Amino acid sequence: MQLIDYLPIAIMAALAVAFVGVSLFVSKFFSPRNPTPEKLAPYECGILPESEPVQRFPVKFYLVAMLFVIFDVEIIFLFAWATRFPDLGWYGVAAMGIFTLFVLETLIYVWKRGALDWNVSRRARYRPVDEERAA
Amino acid sequence: MDGVDILIVVGRVLAVFVLLLVTTIFNVWLERKTIADMQNRVGPDRAGPFGLLQTVADGLKLFFKEQINPSKVEYGMFVLAPFLAVIPALLLFMVVPFGRPFTIGGREVLLQGADLNVGVLFILAMSSLAVYAVVLAGWSSGSKYPLLGAVRATAQAISYEAAIGLSIVSVVMFSSTRAGGTLSLAGIVESQAGTYLGFLPRWNLFPQVVAFVIFFLAIIAETNRAPFDLVEAEQELVGGFHTEYSGMRFAMYQLAEYMNIFSMSAICATLFLGGWNGPTFDGQIPAWVSAVLPTVWLLIKTYAVIFAFFWIRATMPRLRYDQLMQIGWKRLIPAALVWLILSTVAISVRQFGLPWSA
Repeated sequence: MQLIDYLPIAIMAALAVAFVGVSLFVSKFFSPRNPTPEKLAPYECGILPESEPVQRFPVKFYLVAMLFVIFDVEIIFLFAWATRFPDLGWYGVAAMGIFTLFVLETLIYVWKRGALDWNVSRRARYRPVDEERAA
Repeated sequence: MDGVDILIVVGRVLAVFVLLLVTTIFNVWLERKTIADMQNRVGPDRAGPFGLLQTVADGLKLFFKEQINPSKVEYGMFVLAPFLAVIPALLLFMVVPFGRPFTIGGREVLLQGADLNVGVLFILAMSSLAVYAVVLAGWSSGSKYPLLGAVRATAQAISYEAAIGLSIVSVVMFSSTRAGGTLSLAGIVESQAGTYLGFLPRWNLFPQVVAFVIFFLAIIAETNRAPFDLVEAEQELVGGFHTEYSGMRFAMYQLAEYMNIFSMSAICATLFLGGWNGPTFDGQIPAWVSAVLPTVWLLIKTYAVIFAFFWIRATMPRLRYDQLMQIGWKRLIPAALVWLILSTVAISVRQFGLPWSA
């Protein structure tokens, strides 16, 4: 494997940039240009927008991103093992099995903690039902 | 590497480029016709024979439409985003072998954009890069609906990418017992040549059927198709991340979406359905027919997958967002992990014997 194998990838990337660039550029010459204040306003179903777009969004999206990082790193390790699977034998299976079980345990932990529940009211940490039961 | 080799490389790249554009034009028409048939409608039938040129007409129309720059946009990113959508979409298909290599004039010509030894990782990398286009488009639009659509799209894409990765690991692990360990898609295709019991093709589908189901569901979500098309849920988000885009810039997103569908289906056919493997009748029919047949087999398999995409779109209602995340994290990922462990143990016992007897 040499770097030359990536030559087609580079050519295709250049071709893609050229294709998009040329179509967008040429299209500008053939398309009308008639901006009005209403047309340039951010889309709001036809009425004038009253508020700026929200710059904050729920923290659970960040949570998903962090969980993804954990799993993606694990998958990268698994690929390295999967390609050399026949050479490593039971030793490799045991090593990766322990590793995978740890990640599975992580998944079960965040699941039981409620991190995978999208509706906040159903999070496991605070459940009014438990308090009622305790009282 | 001399001039002729460079020419062959350029030819391969152009072949992939043309293939993707032509299939995109065809697939948009096919989707509209298929869904129209399933809903007892006629579908597009005016432009060209059977309406085949409808996509070309739509593209031309968008070409002559205004490219609006809304007042709140971050201009640089807003223009850059369509580029970032099309580049990974075009690169994704580069590693898929779309025919049997043949020799002409003493030179071997691969029918594959680029035979990378890290092909599988390249696929994962490109489908991750596609997320940037969505995020940048949504953020730079300076409008509510694109931003919400982009954030949703990102969370969805990265959730299902973990499932895609895990299901591919099972396939790589399985084919490494046959082809001696490779991440190259050409190697994975070769490992699927031949038959089980003399009649059943040796596709990865049969031993890895759970991985196939997980992979198939995950690529529907990854390409943002119904029933996982929360990204562009019209009732909630208008057009999703490309609400503020118009004209040719909007067309670029549509193009990228359909190219991704085709590439992902082709990857699905390559990993699980034997790629271009199929009867070629060497020596019984003219040589050029034998050379073309593998490509035909791959296209048939790819279109079987694409048809399933359309079929599911016509059948299933859209999921709620919490259901979507639930299917990704609580069903597909644990199922993929457990399947990986089970198939590893089963294959290891076959391959190395029982651990205590080794």
